[in-house]
Order: sequence, then C-alpha cells, then structure tokens
Amino acid sequence: MIVLAAVAIPTALVTLLIGMALVLTGLWVGENVSLLPQDASSNAPVYDSLFQVLFSIGTILFVGIVGLLVFSLIRFRRRPGESLDGAAIEGNLPLEILWTAIPAVVVLFVGIYSYDIYERMGGMASLNHHDLGPQSELAHRHGGHGDAMVMASISASDSGGDTTPAGPSSDPGSRPRVWGGIGVPDQAVEAEAVSVDLTAMQFAFIFHYPDTNIISGELHVPAGRTVELHMEARDVIHAFWVPQFRLKQDVIPGQPTVLSFTATRPGSYPIVCAELCGPYHGGMRSTVVVHEPDAYEAWLRQNTPTASPTVANSGTTPTA
Amino acid sequence: MTLASPTDFQPQGEPPASSPGGLQPDGWLRYLSFSLDHKVIGLQYLVCGFFFYFLGGALAGVIRTELASPISDFVSRETYNEVLTLHGTVMIFLWIVPVVNGAFGNYLIPFYVGARDMAFPRLNAVAFWLIPPAGLLLITSYFVQGGAAQSGWTAYPPLSITTPALGQVLWILSVLLLGGSSIFGGINFIATILKLRRPGLKMMQLPMYCWAMLGTSILVVLSTPVLAGTLILLSFDIIAHTGFFNPALGGNVVVYQHLFWFYSHPAVYIMVLPAFGLVSEILPIHARKPLFGYTTMVYSIMGIVVLGLVVWAHHMFTSGTPPWMRLFFTIATSFIAVPTGIKFFNWLATLWGGKIALNSAMLFACAFIVNFVFGGITGVALAQVPFDIHVHDTYFVVAHFHYIVYGGTVFVIFSSVYHWYPKFTGRMLNEHLGRFHFLLTFIGFNLCFAPQHWLGLNGMPRRVAEYDPSFATWNQVSSVGALLMAISSLPFLINILVSAYRGEIAGDNPWRALTPEWLTTSPPPVENWIGEAPLVTHPYGYGSAQDQIDLGAATGRDLWGGPGL
Repeated sequence: MIVLAAVAIPTALVTLLIGMALVLTGLWVGENVSLLPQDASSNAPVYDSLFQVLFSIGTILFVGIVGLLVFSLIRFRRRPGESLDGAAIEGNLPLEILWTAIPAVVVLFVGIYSYDIYERMGGMASLNHHDLGPQSELAHRHGGHGDAMVMASISASDSGGDTTPAGPSSDPGSRPRVWGGIGVPDQAVEAEAVSVDLTAMQFAFIFHYPDTNIISGELHVPAGRTVELHMEARDVIHAFWVPQFRLKQDVIPGQPTVLSFTATRPGSYPIVCAELCGPYHGGMRSTVVVHEPDAYEAWLRQNTPTASPTVANSGTTPTA
Repeated sequence: MTLASPTDFQPQGEPPASSPGGLQPDGWLRYLSFSLDHKVIGLQYLVCGFFFYFLGGALAGVIRTELASPISDFVSRETYNEVLTLHGTVMIFLWIVPVVNGAFGNYLIPFYVGARDMAFPRLNAVAFWLIPPAGLLLITSYFVQGGAAQSGWTAYPPLSITTPALGQVLWILSVLLLGGSSIFGGINFIATILKLRRPGLKMMQLPMYCWAMLGTSILVVLSTPVLAGTLILLSFDIIAHTGFFNPALGGNVVVYQHLFWFYSHPAVYIMVLPAFGLVSEILPIHARKPLFGYTTMVYSIMGIVVLGLVVWAHHMFTSGTPPWMRLFFTIATSFIAVPTGIKFFNWLATLWGGKIALNSAMLFACAFIVNFVFGGITGVALAQVPFDIHVHDTYFVVAHFHYIVYGGTVFVIFSSVYHWYPKFTGRMLNEHLGRFHFLLTFIGFNLCFAPQHWLGLNGMPRRVAEYDPSFATWNQVSSVGALLMAISSLPFLINILVSAYRGEIAGDNPWRALTPEWLTTSPPPVENWIGEAPLVTHPYGYGSAQDQIDLGAATGRDLWGGPGL
C-alpha cells in the first residue's frame, strides 16, 4: 500500500472504485458480447436473458479474481536478494465469513433466478402433467396421447420389418408413462398444438404427422404455434437438439417423451443428435424448417399422401 | 505404533529394504520390483502415470487432427469412437486419478503424518501393480476383434450393449481393476492418516494435503464400489444377455446413468481435491506466508466431500429426470461453489502480502487458480437446468471439464513435479526450461479449449468425427492449441531427463520449507528419517514479524525511515 499512500488516495476508496468499474464491465460484457446463435423459439429469449445474467456475474468474478491474482504476483513478488518472509497472518474470521456469505448469496440468487426461468420455459409443469397420478385428468389425457403415439410409431416400424417392442407398450395391460421434457405447454394452448411424432434411430430422425400421415426426414413447423413432439428411440439413446431453439431432450429407448416448443422465427435450423449413438453420430443431423402459417398449410397440402382407411383412423385417435 | 530408529530394526529380524542380501533389489531395479517402500511406489505411480499421459495425449492428437477438418477424413468413424473412449478412460483412470492420489499420496502422506511407511505396505504395492496390467488390457483391446470400446468413457447402454462386445468387456475389466486399485489406495490412506500419526501430532496440525487425501479417500471408498457393481451388471447384459439396462428386455437405461454418475461425479472431486491439497502445500512455501484460514480450508474440503456425493444427476438434466430432481441437483451443485470459493479466496489471501517467488512451481499453481476459476464459473452456469439443457453434451461441456481436469489438476501435477523433483532426485530442475514449458502449456491449453465454449454454444455436439463447416475455423484454432500443448511436453521431458543427471544439487531443503518431507535428506532414506521422525505441529509457520527489515534487500530509506511505513 506504499504506492497508494504516496498519492494519498485512501485504499478503501480505490477498492470501491475498482469494484464499481468491475461491476460495470461485467454488465457491459453481458449486455454487448453475444456468444449465442440466433434465437428462433419462444424459449430462446428467456434463455438468453439467463445467459446474460450468468455471463455478467461470471465476468465480474473472473476478471476480479484474476486481477487480484496478477496484482499479487507483481506487487508481492520476491525481489532479488530478499530473504525475509511475508507477514505471519494465519487467517481472519470476518474475512472468511464475508467470502462464504457473498458466494452463497450469489449462488442462491442465480439458483432462484434460473428456477424462475425454468418455470417460464415450462420445465416445472411436466411434474403435474406427466407423472403417474391416475386421478389427474390431465395425466390421463397425456397417457392416451402417448399410447396413440407409441401405436403410431409401432405401425410405422412394422412396415420396416422392425418388431422390437417399445419398453412400456410391450405390457399391454398398463398405460405407458410419458416422460416430459421441458417446455410442456399450457393447457390453454394445447388444443391447437401441432402434434408430430419423432422416431430417432441410428442414424436418422424420422418425423411423422399423425393428422395427415406425412412421413418426413425434416421437421416442418408453423411459426407461432405450439408444437408437441412425441419422441421415441428405436435402438440406442439419441438426443434432439435445435441450438436456435435452446432446446435439447434425450430420446431414450423405452421412454416415450413429449417435448413442446413454439418456433418464432421462420427459417431453417439444424437438428443435431447430441448423444453418442454410434459411428455416424456426427452425421445424424436434420433440419427444422419454420414456416409462416400460410406456407405451413401449403406444405401440409402438398405433402399429404392420398388418404387410406388406416390413415383416417390414426388421424382421429390422438385428438384429445 | 511405537517409534523405532533404523538401528532398532536390525536385531528384530526385519532388515530395511535396501540392505544387501534383502529380498528387495537395490538401485533403479527397485522401481520395477514389488517394492514396499512408499516412496518407490509413489514414483512408480508417477512415472507410470506419465507414460499413460503421453499415450492419452497421442489419442487426443488423433482427435484434434480429425477435427481439423469438418469431414471425417483422418481415421474411420469407428476408430474415432474407439479413440475418444480410450482417451477419456486413459486420462481419468490411468493418469489423473493414479497420479494425484497414488503418486503424491504415497510419497507424501507418510512424511506428513510422521510415519515410516503406509499402514499396509503390501496392499499398497498390490494397488500399484494392478495398474500396468489394467492399462495393458485397455490398450490391447484396440487390437482384438471388433476393436476397443466405442461407447465413450460413460459406456451408456444400450449403445455399449450393441457395439462390439469383446472390446467393451475388456474395457469393463480394465476399469474394474483400476477401481480396485483405487479402493485399496483409499483404504490405505484413511488408515495411515487416522492411525499412523506420530504421537503428539493432532489432526488439525496435519498439512492440508492429508485432509484433502482423507476426503478424497472417503469418496473413493464410498462411490467406487457403486461403479464396480454397475459395470458388472453391464457386463452381464453384454455377455449373458440379461436385461438390467436393456430396454428391449425390460431394463432401464436411466438407472445405469444414475449409478454411473453416482461414482463418476465424485470422481471429479477424486481428481481435484488432491490437487487442492497439493496447491495448499506449494503456495505457502513459495509465497513465504502461512496458509490462510487453515480451519475453514479443512471444513470446506469436508463440505465438498458431502456435497460431492449428492450432485450426480446434474449430468442427466436432459434424460427425462423428474422436475423436483432437476431442482434439487441444481441447488446442490450450485452450492459446491461455496466451499470451493472459500478455498480460492484463502489461496489468494495466502499470496497477498507474501514474498512470492515466481518460479515454475508457483506459475503453474497460479495458472491452476486462473483456469479452475474459469472452469468453476462455467460449472455453476452448467448447474442451472435451463442453461444446461442447451449446452449439455456439447463442446461447451468438453471445454468446461478440460478447464477443470487439465487446467486444474494437470497444471497442479506439473507444479508439484517442479516443487518436489528436488526431493525425489536430490537435484533441481532447470528454471528457464520450466518457465518455457509453463508458457507453452498455458498458451496452448487456452488456445485449445477456450474456443470450444463458443463451439458448444453455437451448435457443435461432443463426440463427433464430422461437423458443420461453419465451425471449421475455431476447430482449427483449437487444434493448433493442442499442437502447442504437445510441443510443450518436449522442454518438460528434456528437463526431467537431463536434470536427473546434470541438475544443480538441491540439498535437503532448497525451498526452506517446514513440512516434514523436507526435514530429511534428498532423496530421503528408506524409512524416511535417520533417527526419530520430526514432530511438525506448525507446517505453515512461515512469516516474519512485521518490524523486521531484510538487510539483503533494504534501502537506506527502509532502514532509517522508521516504522511508519
């Protein structure tokens, strides 16, 4: 502190100023440095605001700690010829309490904030929606949903000659449990949700539109409407990830899973398999095309195969 | 135990290991023998670990070469998956865990507790000698029919059940052997620290590394058996077609993930807690100050041990875990930052106001702080479910854990080698080469792994041999960083080999340290001390009174200016 004393600015003041500069830097970095891809779902802006907070806090902590370290290494380096030790200070209880309390408060804040974000993304809702509870009408409806989805994908795979039973549905007596990913929609918007079945297999995503019986290697969805993706894996674990949607859900054999999202920005975005699934894992990619609502209807009309009795059947079952 | 000087041993019919006519060989042959000397075993672990480090590094080289271009063009896709599986397994189970636990633990713990050896010397030797065959098994699995395991070091079923069986079974056998070695070591450390302390030495007077190893060993003993059991069940699924984890037979793959991570998250603390301990030894000596906040450091280690056991499901946020579980594991994981933060603030306070020697050991230790703080911050971010859902299983995670295990632990291993080499060999390492090594490693490491955060955030998943061409530039930067890291091991190797013969003679205590391993000759004799073991009750008793003036560096103003400064 000799240097500081020489220019006669109190240490406390200098520390305060440095701290303020640090906080401002962190906030500025969080606000202005963008590391994320374009946002294209209703989830994404919520996610990005969490990212911004974490990025700001992280920058403040990192720059602060590294600054302190580098300052110590320069200021307190051993000069040639020095042979004495530093001060024999073994600890300081108030300091210890301070640097236990501050991280605890920061972590608590971050935890509560991210919980709030998670709830806004629909993460907590799936507890009521998809967990057991036969008395819950909602769960029942979803059970019905899952059932139809499993049946649909089994019939789809039957044509391919694959007869592997999907875990829960192999037991005919019980209604399959449906695992909820995050982003399970509100009850209100659910009625008009676009329902799509996704079958993940080595090494492709196959999308099936139960209402129109379209089978596609690409996912086409309308902007501004909730999409309910009923996912199932044929062989090993895959993961459905759209970076621009900030959404990822493992697709696990034996666990039919529902993931829902609302795309907001028309365009084409990559679908990436994010769980090691074999040699061609890196090549297991697809595209999600987000259409304007009109264009989506046009796409549906263009691609709907000529109707057959079975199609009409499967078209009516899943509607709750 | 009773204290005995070496002369007391002679008439009792138990000759010291180095005496002529004993069963143990002398000289360098000791290091290839079933030696019971904890120092020999420690160095066996260290050298063996470095062998596997260079092997795992070569595998990393294959990965980074493949990823230098967006298409799969260097090795076949199957080989690539074998390479990434072997890289992870070798680096974790054959390099970091054996070196930070086995090597430094065996070498240092008996000194620190004032014992002449570990509690169970034969078990100790067995624990080491399980490692070379296990490593050999793992390497040879590459050459068997179907090749080595291809399902990553996590070996998630059903993939691990459907990939070539022989390689996967050999992988399981190898990991089981290494887990056994780890458990034997853990039991030995707990027994030594609790029971072999020199009379008069209290627990709260032990050097911090003992506490770190005690905490680590508790984690090893509690969680490794879970991994062993899980892998045995997995091998049943592969060999006997049972259905524990096979959904086609009614099994549940998520159960495997829970069991696997119940070990493998604590495994992270098994890799970093000893490193925390080593740093706590190195910083006070080279900063010439007592370790700041000894008591809170001890409590924070124990806090990390307890919390470390209840955070495993944060690896499974996208696996359809129920929301309450996501919430619980988010909070538990975030709170690990608190005891960890305490340790880092204490280290910074240790440096503050010290007389810091900017030598290779100190530079590596400080770079550890920088890297680990960075990895810790991304870790707290990853603990948040919504954040994790986007970046889980991407290069962001790859970058994060390399900042923890390489930027954290491996930097500490290098720091420790620079610090204890004089004790191991009696000679100093070359400082210039050491700082050059540090510079190359630090730049190479950050160049290699920092861009990977961006890659992950923007859509590059991990464990892929091919990727979107828009990620090519940063992947090439990362590969250049990896090349620098590879080059950085040359000055290190040259330094280690040449200094063993030509290095400046170190003397017993070149760092003027107070911990017991420095209070004997370099290298130390068999049984550690000629005569009675020293009783060190203040292992960090550095520091001069504030009114003392250093005549070597003082100026006239210091001498005559009075105490007002």
